[in-house]
Amino acid sequence: MSIEESAETPPVTRQHRPRWLETLTLLARNPLAIAAVVVLAGLVFAALLAESIVPRDDIFTPDIANRLQAPSGEHWFGTDELGRDVFARVLAGAEVSLRVGAVAVGISLTAGVVVGLLAGYFGRWVDDTLMRVMDVLFAFPALLMAIAVLAILGAGSTNAMIAIGIVYTPIFARITRASVLSVREEVYVRAARSAGAGNVRIIVRHVLPNVTAPIIVQTSISLAFAILSEAALSFVGLGTQPPDPSWGRMLSEGRGFIEQAWWMAVFPGAAIFVTVLAFNVLGDALRDVLDPRQRSAMKGVGA
Amino acid sequence: MTGYVLRRLWQSAVVLLGVSVLVFAIMQLVPGDPIRLALGTRFDPDTYEALRARSGLDDSVPVQYVNWITSALTGDLGVSFRSGETVTSLIIERLPATLSLAGGAILVAILIAVPLGTLSALRPRSPVDWFATLSSQAGLSVPDFWLGIMFILIFAGTLGWLPSAGYTPLFEDPLGWAQHLLLPAVTAGVGSGSILTRFVRSSVLEAIGQDHVRTARAKGMRAGDVLRWHVLRNALVPFVTVGGVQLAYLLSGVVIVEYVFAYQGLGQLAFQAVQSRDYPVLQGAVLLFAVIFLVINLIVDLTYARLDPRISYRSSR
Repeated sequence: MSIEESAETPPVTRQHRPRWLETLTLLARNPLAIAAVVVLAGLVFAALLAESIVPRDDIFTPDIANRLQAPSGEHWFGTDELGRDVFARVLAGAEVSLRVGAVAVGISLTAGVVVGLLAGYFGRWVDDTLMRVMDVLFAFPALLMAIAVLAILGAGSTNAMIAIGIVYTPIFARITRASVLSVREEVYVRAARSAGAGNVRIIVRHVLPNVTAPIIVQTSISLAFAILSEAALSFVGLGTQPPDPSWGRMLSEGRGFIEQAWWMAVFPGAAIFVTVLAFNVLGDALRDVLDPRQRSAMKGVGA
Repeated sequence: MTGYVLRRLWQSAVVLLGVSVLVFAIMQLVPGDPIRLALGTRFDPDTYEALRARSGLDDSVPVQYVNWITSALTGDLGVSFRSGETVTSLIIERLPATLSLAGGAILVAILIAVPLGTLSALRPRSPVDWFATLSSQAGLSVPDFWLGIMFILIFAGTLGWLPSAGYTPLFEDPLGWAQHLLLPAVTAGVGSGSILTRFVRSSVLEAIGQDHVRTARAKGMRAGDVLRWHVLRNALVPFVTVGGVQLAYLLSGVVIVEYVFAYQGLGQLAFQAVQSRDYPVLQGAVLLFAVIFLVINLIVDLTYARLDPRISYRSSR
């Protein structure tokens, strides 16, 4: 390639970086967001590898001789009323919490986004019918609704996922619908329609990609609430069943020994707190970055 | 305005109808015979037949629904499978406890939110602001059942200042009522307080930026008066909405807090009903919670319409 040639045809440079990259760059500038991501990565790591890090015996097998031991070098978080290592069980509990939270939010995300897309896009009676159903679900206090669902389905972690999934569906439906309403009348949607695109194609190709920002933010916040709900349900005995280690369950067992063994209640609760806090902080940081008004302000300040 | 009120009332009625169908469905969706399940080991044929006849489970489902909803409208929510008392009397017995708790909790929330939110808005990016932001994030994330246990551990166990469980009616023993209320109210109020803190902060920040605030300052009004008359008054309008929604949430969301403190309120009643499979009581409690939630939301929306005449209701739905 000669010099003249390259001068005649200047190399094509992209003016805009991809949106997700820009989002990540802005997110990485927020120290709190980085801390949250580090904590969550650690939890996922613990969830995936708990049984390789700590011996399975420590999680499940009673060791009555070592019951109710205070925290020490050998048992960092002490031992419970059956002599099981609390640290090992907290680590293993991450798997239960994250799995139940993720599946539950997966259910509400899928159901809610579909309902919101249909209601917002088609409007009229479709909107009225779907959103009134969502209003009905929304009228019940979340935890009580989940308890009622579990009263019907029976206790257990699978049913808890379904119950939590149902409870948080309306919020996704509302958020999606609100964004769809503003996107629906955009020029590119009308252009697609006049070009002969069908409803499904317009929804999937043109509407959905433009309403993802608030949904992503809500997903992070909902994960926080789903994990909190799972812990609450397990705490009252309706969620994860023994002997599986669940933070809520461990907390309720610890409550009975609060005077002799504070560590049994303190550490599982702290684990819930830290996890929920990390998802909330991440959700907030994502909102700052994905909200267009905030975004332009941040760009003006920084690069 | 009238049109808006009517439409809002109509919407609430439709949602209420849906809520009643869903609550009714609880009994229908329970696998097996709910009365047999509820009686469990205490099963005896006479009680069984009596309960079955009273609850009308032999009628067709639509007839059952119509009977149930017409009775419910007259205040008859059926009879407990366990104790044989009417559900309405059980609810009325527990109502004062839950009202005390929700009232106490919203008071705690306001006492946290208004000073903290206002201070952090007046000094953005100051240490106070940082503290408000972090503590509201923490307050939102802390599991209330864990917080409750920690309070019990510290204030009831180690320090021995307050009782760890139970409820005393106000008129029997006002001091005992307050002592039993304090820990649950703080536990339940922290979450709402965190939400409200953020809200007060942003609405005060917005109010401070208004032209009339600048004018008031320019004409030499004292800072305290500007805050009181120009900033907080304007910030109050949206606060009523969020505060109202929080109250609705607290009235119905205290199930877990009541459970932790063995506090004999409605949430505890609903929870015990689940454990003992006392479905009429569960239905009654859930229905009541949903109605409370809807009514408060309705009142909040209508109050909002009165407080802020700038809002156009034609566009809202």
